[in-house]
Amino acid sequence: MNLQQTDAWLRLAAARLHEQATALTRLDQAIGDGDHGINMDRGFSAVVAMLDAQPAPDGGSSGQAVGGLLRQAGQTLIRTVGGASGPLYGTALLRAGAVYARAETPSVADTVAAMKAAAEGIGSLGRSTTGEKTMLDALVPAAAAAQAAFDSGHDESGVLAAAREAATAGAESTVPMLATKGRASYLGERSIGHQDPGATSAALLVCALADVIDRG
Amino acid sequence: MTTPTVTRVKKLLNRVEDVVPESLAGLGAAHPDLVQIDAANRVVLRAGGPKRGKVGLVSGGGSGHEPLHGGFVGFGMLDAACAGNVFTSPTPDQMEAATRAVDGGAGVLHIVKNYTGDVLNFQMAAELVAGDVEVASVVTNDDVAVQDSLYTAGRRGVGVTVLLEKIAGARAEEGGSLAEVTETAVKVNAYGRSMGMALTSCVVPAAGTPTFELGDDEMEIGIGIHGEPGRRRVPLAPVDEVAQMLLEPIVSDLGLKSGDSVLAFVNGMGGSPLIELYVAFNSVSKILQAKGIAVGRSLVGNYITSLEMAGFSVTLLRLDDELTRLWDAPVHTPALRWRV
Repeated sequence: MNLQQTDAWLRLAAARLHEQATALTRLDQAIGDGDHGINMDRGFSAVVAMLDAQPAPDGGSSGQAVGGLLRQAGQTLIRTVGGASGPLYGTALLRAGAVYARAETPSVADTVAAMKAAAEGIGSLGRSTTGEKTMLDALVPAAAAAQAAFDSGHDESGVLAAAREAATAGAESTVPMLATKGRASYLGERSIGHQDPGATSAALLVCALADVIDRG
Repeated sequence: MTTPTVTRVKKLLNRVEDVVPESLAGLGAAHPDLVQIDAANRVVLRAGGPKRGKVGLVSGGGSGHEPLHGGFVGFGMLDAACAGNVFTSPTPDQMEAATRAVDGGAGVLHIVKNYTGDVLNFQMAAELVAGDVEVASVVTNDDVAVQDSLYTAGRRGVGVTVLLEKIAGARAEEGGSLAEVTETAVKVNAYGRSMGMALTSCVVPAAGTPTFELGDDEMEIGIGIHGEPGRRRVPLAPVDEVAQMLLEPIVSDLGLKSGDSVLAFVNGMGGSPLIELYVAFNSVSKILQAKGIAVGRSLVGNYITSLEMAGFSVTLLRLDDELTRLWDAPVHTPALRWRV
């Protein structure tokens, strides 16, 4: 992923989160406190404002530049989203940024490693794992599918296509789950039968990334 | 000709996105002798700046629970309160600004309600000031409606937070060290339990629709303060019975027995009038009396609310000499004032 693609991904994610804000909030009204779409929309709008304030990205780019942009985006989310999602998604971008920053020229292997690092960052901050009806139920399978596709020789587009499919299926897999982390856990068995809003927004972010990479 | 602006929700506001900053500005305008507003950081600060050598108390959380926390900034209680968006935790940079602003050299105590967002954001804020300000934190988790187990995010922080801010505030005011103030705060959390109920839902201004639906003949027992559903939904019942449903788990969890003395706190959720809260307090008082538990101190009113939700919560705090003395100490904030 180069600098231009990073910029395009963050913008596409922001546009889709804006479109889906009401739908995400509806999911959160069912099992949370009814603000997830509003918060994500606010945070990613702030990311777009941050991008607009910078010089337009050039195509060729160092890992440093990609990592730096992801780091700025993560800090913006931490400052603007609020709730648990701000620190969790913010940390995910900081961790992903750190992976890219170590690479001279980012390769597909770095994208795979960045996805894994992002999911691990969320897991350690939230002291959570898969099966608890959270964003990790979309992100962990996405990172695993990306790794598997990479290992069998796919290019970045193929790697992200696998991640997209796994993230979407992962978000849907939260419907029958019993929530044991976050605000939905207060509902106990009544959390069953609803798709988790965090897993849904996580899948949206992975899908937006795959779409940007497909465009080349 | 311009079309008049149509407000999407029937609430007292101008623009939905301005509800938090304009409410903070109003608090500052109404009580300039007690508080000043850092509008950029959405922090309510005690007027007059940090007191040299006094431990600073910082709390904060989502808005929509007024007067908590901004209404409790002032003499004998908090030094700063960070306001998030409605029902959304404030962010680490707000908490960092508040922590630095109130540090009088004796350290700062963060008072955090146990919600994943609040805990994570305060944790990040403590890291941001590490090395500059000594920070301790206490997490309130007094809601017995939530099973405290591996299978939940743990008990929520509710009514005890109000009592803790008053009592720890008094301990700091009389010159307690950071360790001593923290010890008192931890004790208040350990000695108090709460449970709430709702008669109606609430409308987050930016969402515009009720967070949940509740039938005319139903009530939700074990409700949280964000409209997140509770333990169970049951048919409407007389308040004597409702008080019983709320008190039993509290009394058993605290292990209260005949001869014990408590502070009984009946808190309105925002949409129930005082006449009903006193009916509820009467029920609570009768039940405690029958158990031989003395009501040593009491508090009745809307102190930790959930927007316009109708309903109430009960908090019992086991009293000893220290907690009684600190509860009685002078306090002067926008929402709580006595002996000043």
